[in-house]
Amino acid sequence: MNKIVEMRKLAPSINLLRIGVPEITKKAQAGQFVVLRINEEGERIPMSITDIDPEAEILTIIFQEVGKSTAHLATFKEGDVLADVVGPLGIPTHIENFGTALCIGGGIGIAPVHFIAKALKQKGNKVISIIGARSKNLLILEDQMKRLSDELLISTDDGSYGHHGFVTDLLTNLLSEQSTGVNFIMAIGPVIMMRAVCKITQLYQIRTMVSLNPIMVDGTGMCGACRVTVGGKTQFACVDGPDFDGHKVDFDELLKRQAMYVKQERIAMERFNQKMGLHTTEGVIK
Amino acid sequence: MTDAEKLKIPRQKMPAQMPKERIKNFKEVPFGYTPEMAMTEAKRCLQCKKALCVGGCPVEVNIPGFVLMIAQGNFIDAAKELKKTNSLPAICGRVCPQEDQCEKVCVLTKKYQPVAIGNLERFAADYERKQGEVEIPQIAPPTGKKVAIVGSGPAGLTVAGDLIKLGHQITIFEALHKAGGVLVYGIPEFRLPKTIVQAEVDYLIKLGVEVKTSQVIGKLFSIDELFEQGYQAVFIGTGAGLPNFMNIPGENLNGIYSANEYLTRSNLMKAYDFPEYDTPIFSGKNVVVLGGGNTAMDSVRTALRLGAENAYIVYRRSKTEMPARIEETHHAEEEGVEFHFLTTPIKYIGNENGWVTGMECLRMELGEPDASGRRRPVPVQGSNFIMEVDTVVVAVGNSSNPLVPQTTPGLEVNKWGNIIADPETGQTSRKGVWAGGDIVTGGATVILAAGAGKKAARDIDNYLKFL
Repeated sequence: MNKIVEMRKLAPSINLLRIGVPEITKKAQAGQFVVLRINEEGERIPMSITDIDPEAEILTIIFQEVGKSTAHLATFKEGDVLADVVGPLGIPTHIENFGTALCIGGGIGIAPVHFIAKALKQKGNKVISIIGARSKNLLILEDQMKRLSDELLISTDDGSYGHHGFVTDLLTNLLSEQSTGVNFIMAIGPVIMMRAVCKITQLYQIRTMVSLNPIMVDGTGMCGACRVTVGGKTQFACVDGPDFDGHKVDFDELLKRQAMYVKQERIAMERFNQKMGLHTTEGVIK
Repeated sequence: MTDAEKLKIPRQKMPAQMPKERIKNFKEVPFGYTPEMAMTEAKRCLQCKKALCVGGCPVEVNIPGFVLMIAQGNFIDAAKELKKTNSLPAICGRVCPQEDQCEKVCVLTKKYQPVAIGNLERFAADYERKQGEVEIPQIAPPTGKKVAIVGSGPAGLTVAGDLIKLGHQITIFEALHKAGGVLVYGIPEFRLPKTIVQAEVDYLIKLGVEVKTSQVIGKLFSIDELFEQGYQAVFIGTGAGLPNFMNIPGENLNGIYSANEYLTRSNLMKAYDFPEYDTPIFSGKNVVVLGGGNTAMDSVRTALRLGAENAYIVYRRSKTEMPARIEETHHAEEEGVEFHFLTTPIKYIGNENGWVTGMECLRMELGEPDASGRRRPVPVQGSNFIMEVDTVVVAVGNSSNPLVPQTTPGLEVNKWGNIIADPETGQTSRKGVWAGGDIVTGGATVILAAGAGKKAARDIDNYLKFL
């Protein structure tokens, strides 16, 4: 159990991780997440599920190296065993035949969107997808998203591939066409992207769900670290979400809460880099 | 020794780390009795024929019996006597509110000081553990019956210990990565060393209990699926697992924690040893903890050890209504915690980065008694003032975690979401399903949870016999 069957770089600092977790793969649904811990000293890291293969009993996660724990995880190899994988956690995404569904994924957010797009397609939806990344080499899952989608639109911030600009440009263009018929939108990506998407879709009054990834500890409702304000009420993303009505989420609060440990994250990263013999970019740790 | 001679012996104090020293470490505060001290203390017991202390104990430990054994120097026998009714004596000796239970009704209490029953319990259990091999009791021949226990806190551990000895096959499902429940994530090392909890869990494993960590029942498997997997009885001891907040403005500012989060980071995740351990914790200079229970005391004393310059308790009632154990309050006072009684926060003030910088409070006064019999605190209009704080820990209780009830059709809960269970047997509205501990009672004590586990174990055994 918890054995890594594949660890592969998909793009600079983006990794595909496949783990043998028989029980979780039999239960997991689109929109859910797992919490994993790499070793005894490790923190509990919440990770969205990218895909499952219940026959092979393999769970797929795509993660970005954003701090010490994820950088450390990226050094793990096929055959290594993770200390724990807990799940599936959170409420699955509500899937029904909406007619036409639009899936928007930004950066690493394409990974969870992929699983949801697959479920929407299986339910008979016409799926239109918009995916975007900073640059062509950071764009993940393009082929898979193309297979799942009736229509796929791509943007890159630097214009190295697809539309030169943001996913929101493509969204505005799409919705301003008269006949798209989109009546459900799922948007996952950086908080700033989700906030921008929701501002636009609010104008068109199209139901928009977002999947939030605030700081968590246990992931089972016990600690309240992941509280987010939705419609003026405090919700726990781990048990009440992670999906919420994007038009009601207080994204500004979420951005601030996500930055709670930046100082400690830097200390941990510097220390890890030194340990790994990498050069530090920020000089001596104070 | 005559009773008159016994009455002359003063209650023996446990030696402890000095306050100035101990706030710099997470090691346990009291060192425990030496064998000599324990024997001296045990000799103070008058061996009442009608021992009130036994009735004061939720699980009716034979207190005069084990105390006499200590007085006679038979420490191992004393530990065994304790374990007949209490499977977790090393833990209960440390965390039980003895002053509200056994010691409260000790015949000495009126004129003298009560026998230090808790300290003696702790001594006997520690003595046995330190001797090395704890004796494996006789285990009944296998019955072939399988029992699933959900949650590895005091209730679950007790059920497991009792049922494995009766020959049943036991599996504990624990959501977190370490077994022990609140004993591991909630109670700090300086009050309950984790090696003691681990010793209890290891003992159960040695008896044959299977412990599955990182398995969230209600998510990975439902209760019904446990039955499909061949378990014939299920005990739910999932604890009080949803932290209460006060729903006042600014509560989601950075620096404001639930006690569950603050303590889980420090205890379970060992954030006090960051960056050796990956989990961070924000350790502010001015830390305020809201609440007057043991969890509040644990949090405020943790804050001191994490480097707080000022550590405050803000409690809306007065000192006499505080539910914390006397020893915890006393230790907190010794360590320099500042208490603000009859005070309640009404809003938080934050900076542009979303960090808490202050807390606006109101003074309270005590009015008429409320439903709990305690005098209701009433706000004094216009008494607003602001406290400068950079960390807040909200320790105002827990609600029940809904994961199991939500996924178990037919399992009845009350209006607070607590599972309804027979107080004598632990039986729920679902056949083959028992429950006990905080998930039934709401936030209570380790010994009450263990007591509920004992009753449920007895009833589960009866049920299995007739299956």
